[in-house]
Amino acid sequence: MTAPAGNFHDRVEKALHDPQLKIAIERTTGNARRKRAAAVAAWPDFEAARAAAAAIKDHAIEHMAFYLEMFERNALASGALVHWARDADEACRIVVDLCKAAGAKTVTRSKSMLGEEIGLPHALAGAGLRRVETDLAEHIIQLAGETPSHIIWPAAHRTAEDVAKLFDQYHHEKPPAHDVVSMVGSARKELRADFFAAEVGISGANFLVAETGAICTITNEGNAELTTTPPRVHIVTAGIEKIVASTEHALQLTRLLVRSATGADLTQYTTFHCGPKRPGDRDGPEQFHIVLVDHGRTQMLAEMPDMLRCLRCGACLNHCVVYRAIGGHAYGGAYPGPMGSVLTPVFDGLERTRDLPTACTLNGQCKQVCPVDIPLPTLLRHWRARSWRAGYEPKISSAAVKAWAYVAARPALYRLAQAFALPAMRLFAREGWISSLPLASGWTASRDFPKPPRQTFLTTIKKGGKENRKP
Amino acid sequence: MTVGGNALDGPRVGLFVTCLVDSIRPNVGFAAVALLEAAGCRVEVPLSQTCCGQPAFNSGADEATKPIAKSVIETFEPYDYLVAPSGSCAGMIKAHYPELFTDDPAWRARAEALAAKTHELLSFLVDLRGFRPQNVACKASAAYHDSCSGLRELGVKTQPRALLGAVEGLDLRPLEGEETCCGFGGTFCVKYSGISEAIVGEKAQNVVATGADLLLGGDLGCLLNMAGKLRRDRAKTRVFHAAEVLAGMAQRAIGEDAP
Repeated sequence: MTAPAGNFHDRVEKALHDPQLKIAIERTTGNARRKRAAAVAAWPDFEAARAAAAAIKDHAIEHMAFYLEMFERNALASGALVHWARDADEACRIVVDLCKAAGAKTVTRSKSMLGEEIGLPHALAGAGLRRVETDLAEHIIQLAGETPSHIIWPAAHRTAEDVAKLFDQYHHEKPPAHDVVSMVGSARKELRADFFAAEVGISGANFLVAETGAICTITNEGNAELTTTPPRVHIVTAGIEKIVASTEHALQLTRLLVRSATGADLTQYTTFHCGPKRPGDRDGPEQFHIVLVDHGRTQMLAEMPDMLRCLRCGACLNHCVVYRAIGGHAYGGAYPGPMGSVLTPVFDGLERTRDLPTACTLNGQCKQVCPVDIPLPTLLRHWRARSWRAGYEPKISSAAVKAWAYVAARPALYRLAQAFALPAMRLFAREGWISSLPLASGWTASRDFPKPPRQTFLTTIKKGGKENRKP
Repeated sequence: MTVGGNALDGPRVGLFVTCLVDSIRPNVGFAAVALLEAAGCRVEVPLSQTCCGQPAFNSGADEATKPIAKSVIETFEPYDYLVAPSGSCAGMIKAHYPELFTDDPAWRARAEALAAKTHELLSFLVDLRGFRPQNVACKASAAYHDSCSGLRELGVKTQPRALLGAVEGLDLRPLEGEETCCGFGGTFCVKYSGISEAIVGEKAQNVVATGADLLLGGDLGCLLNMAGKLRRDRAKTRVFHAAEVLAGMAQRAIGEDAP
């Protein structure tokens, strides 16, 4: 993943001053929240299903080596070839080499967040390959020269009105009208020839099924099937945490994944891809390659195994007040929102990304909506503790916290500090409110602060006062 | 320090008043004392209390948090219960003190013992004391914001509504996004004030859209955040901690100048 321009604060400022962004995000996430809530309400016992899903993932994670080896054996038996990549560079190199060996000029790709994580679009471009994104939203952001801003709806930051302008500009034939049906039709037409011209199709995987060696993709547009079936070569890139023991487990997880993501019972297409074209098959790829990518996952196995449960449903993004305020690009990593703030420091290093775990109110709604109950606030706080210990916090704020903690652990000193600070604050008040306060501009830039009382609660109690007591 | 004492056989409750109530809004502390006494408790306010330590803990400064946590544990372990008029501070003690002492078995045991008897005020009144306010009136319409820590760490949801439902004349109105964070988040609101402003801006709009006279909640941090934004936006909504209304002590709202 290539680092975006500017630092976190600059990107946040830019996002906060983009009124169009707010509208686009709210349309997408608002809809997703309402539909998910309806789906959860219609489920007889959602909490039990959620616990079962977490247990399925935990089981696979706990026995990850065992199931990955079983997956490899069964995939090889089906005629697939399995490649192992330690990191992003190795994964990209394997994919590029396979494309070159296939003599590819054009490569189609169906949406894969792992591909974004390892910087695959960049690597393909660097190798001189023509990359065609076939997911509608990925097609939109490819035209716009952008990266995804949401893991389910990569173009969540763009309104339909925006997209109409892009299609008018870039499609070989302008869409006949700017309604959704016409624009989708225009994209289908634009992509059609490439589906059949591509020598290689690259997909991700939602699940790797150990007992069969199959990979599972879950999509709504059918583009994954058109990406993976016509070309001679199909390459799958998947994180090793996508492993599950069985097809039954994959389907149980799918029920939660889809409801959590879009509120639907199922997506339009749930496809199990197992091996290349067999004798007698009418279609399918001649070569089927599966690239299993570690890229920090074995490190997470030791340090934050809970995070390996993540199904990439995006519910935590849709329900995050911070994500909804700043959108995905401000986060600066492949994955935004709460799950991204846990993952990006793993991939890009904590020092560069220390703002992500900190820019969170720890309100816990992400954990509440997570279909596999990942304790996201706890994981974010763990990153904060590591950042603190490593000395990555700005000196001024860490000094302030240390000084405050020193005083708060000493009641007499604390009372003394109150006795100086509170009367001083009172001097800035007008009509009961403070609208500007030295050293507190972070608060008063957007909010007033009430005038503190003449006497604290504990002082009044100590003096035996019972002021304001009910008679 | 004993502040009441008419319920001689009730449980001994140590009131953890919270640093924000102590410094900014003592009336919430007096309301908490009145409610706990009305619910048959012997209330004491230990004078050596300061803060629960969240600003340090949520900054990742675990070592700096420990002395504060130890001080709270030592101060409150003699009581039958620790009660705080805040889901956030009670959640810190209940959910996070044991976590803080993972590598220190002796303190972990003490932290767990205190966690087991720590409660947020409104849920304590309903769940443990079966309390409902009697002969308390407040002729106003109100919106209620569910503060996140109380809601998600402690399950405080129905209790404040049950209590407020017993207040004569109070018309509780639904608030769009009542379970959505207000953007306070402790030090978050000053470290990332732009993001916080966007979040509390949406909250203030939703509050104003209810047309309610009052905004109520159970956590002073969130209430100060929302009251401060409503005031900046020149909204007329008056903001109180729910305990103030329940104790019949909702005369001057947050920011209405004390004499």
